[in-house]
Amino acid sequence: MIEGDRRRLLCFALPAVLVVLAVAVFPWGFTLWMSLFDWKIGSAAHFIGLDNYIGLASDTRFLWSIVRTLVFTALAVGAPLVLGTFAALVFHERFPLRGLLRGAFTLPMMATPVAIALIWTMMFHPQQGVLNYLLSLVGIPPSAWVYSPALAIPCLVLVDVWQWTPLVMLVVLGGLASLPTDPFEAAYLEGASRWQTFRHVTLPMLMPFVLVAAVIRMIDALKTFDTIYVITQGGPGTASETINLYLYLQAFSFYQVGKSSAVVVVFFALVIALSLLLFWLRKRVNYHD
Amino acid sequence: MIDRPSTPARHWVDRGVLAVGVLIFVAPAVSVFLWMLSLAFKNEVDNLAYPPVFIPTAPTLANFTAVFRENNFLLYFWNSIVVTGVSTLVALLIGVPAGYAIARLKAKKLLLVILVARMTPAISFLIPLFTLFQALGLTGSLLPVVITHLVITVPIVVYVVSGYFETLPPELEEAALVDGCSLWQRFRFVALPLARPGVTVAAILAFIFSWNNFIFGAVLAGRTTRTLPVAVYNVLTFEQVAWGPLAAAALLVTLPVLVLTMLVQKEIVGGLTAGGVKGG
Repeated sequence: MIEGDRRRLLCFALPAVLVVLAVAVFPWGFTLWMSLFDWKIGSAAHFIGLDNYIGLASDTRFLWSIVRTLVFTALAVGAPLVLGTFAALVFHERFPLRGLLRGAFTLPMMATPVAIALIWTMMFHPQQGVLNYLLSLVGIPPSAWVYSPALAIPCLVLVDVWQWTPLVMLVVLGGLASLPTDPFEAAYLEGASRWQTFRHVTLPMLMPFVLVAAVIRMIDALKTFDTIYVITQGGPGTASETINLYLYLQAFSFYQVGKSSAVVVVFFALVIALSLLLFWLRKRVNYHD
Repeated sequence: MIDRPSTPARHWVDRGVLAVGVLIFVAPAVSVFLWMLSLAFKNEVDNLAYPPVFIPTAPTLANFTAVFRENNFLLYFWNSIVVTGVSTLVALLIGVPAGYAIARLKAKKLLLVILVARMTPAISFLIPLFTLFQALGLTGSLLPVVITHLVITVPIVVYVVSGYFETLPPELEEAALVDGCSLWQRFRFVALPLARPGVTVAAILAFIFSWNNFIFGAVLAGRTTRTLPVAVYNVLTFEQVAWGPLAAAALLVTLPVLVLTMLVQKEIVGGLTAGGVKGG
């Protein structure tokens, strides 16, 4: 590559970088700054230092929303990782109509979240919903599904798992396709059983891909808004109010710009902390193999 | 992986286990969409029946005509086309050269800056942007929605396209350089035509995730600037509609995406496995 190219290539990248900085990164500075103000849209802003943060530390509704977010995220990451890895093993095999069936399996992650959330809402309906009918067929008493405070989060996790297991499958499938064949031949010659081969050869080699999927899944689970907003709006009561829902309420129903900016800062710190944890875990896994 | 030699009996057991596995994963994915179809084409009597009617006794298009009659659905459809179309086109215009530059410069840090937009929860940059657009008096137009959708489309395009450019052999561009081609000519006439499949996948993914987005429109759009997902949600909450029209509306919103996914599923699978990209 010639020297002048470097500068010209940077010019190629400039518009995209500027747009991202303007639309995503600039608001960051603004948010950090606004979090130091007491400002409701329509009234004057007062500088109050860290009072918004101090207020949040004793706001039980906010603290519970963090707990719910963590519970939701743990379930919505763990379950798709296990299911998606098995799905990848299945779709890695050769069978008729594989392309078509794999495409059908990925439909949930491509479909419009609002649309499928509406269908799930109807399926969850305690009286006319199809899910309670299916339960009755196998002799299980009807459930209140999302109308029960205790079940709201698990039901939303169910929708999320249904929607995003295909993404994990795709990432792990990409990993499976890239594995070398030598270790499998060696394992076979050594007389390893299928389970032993999977447990001691396939799985360790797949771990880096599973962890990549875990990072993507975690970031997306923390961001989940559409399905929760459409299906429960954070209810019943506040039973499924995650940080995103709490934030939406504070920002766009109560117009508390200062307070919600502080929530954003705390939220983002949480996202970064969890991402670093997973990156650290990934390094350790790579080290051991 | 290797094919183990096996007896015929073992072979058929394996195929059976595999078939069950495929069924376990594909059936739940598909059945929700089948139920959507069923709800959308049933009349109100069938939709309220218990036990539920699975296959419509008298299939009807009444739900769809109701959607178009009672709502300004065509306007919202047009809004979605404009928002998704413009934000995808702009993303291609600025994202493809950027992806090329990142691939050739091996600028992983630059890529990371662009991917931060994908990691950040949408609501967090909506608060400052909402106040900004309000101060500028733009909240009644489609412009704020288009601008925010760039947060979805630009990172997808840059990420997918830069990954694709990286796989192209450098020899062709080097030959063009020897022939005296400028950087722009090498990009425009050598690299870009070769990267067309990658650009297509990027465009499709950007289109789908912009089309699907709900929250930007929900916050920034007014009555006449709603995109389809926002409009469908409002159908649910503000007018107590029956299930049939609601399912029909949901089907209309997501049908373009589902058709696109099935048509180019192979390419999409390739593009997604390359990076695991998702918008919103």
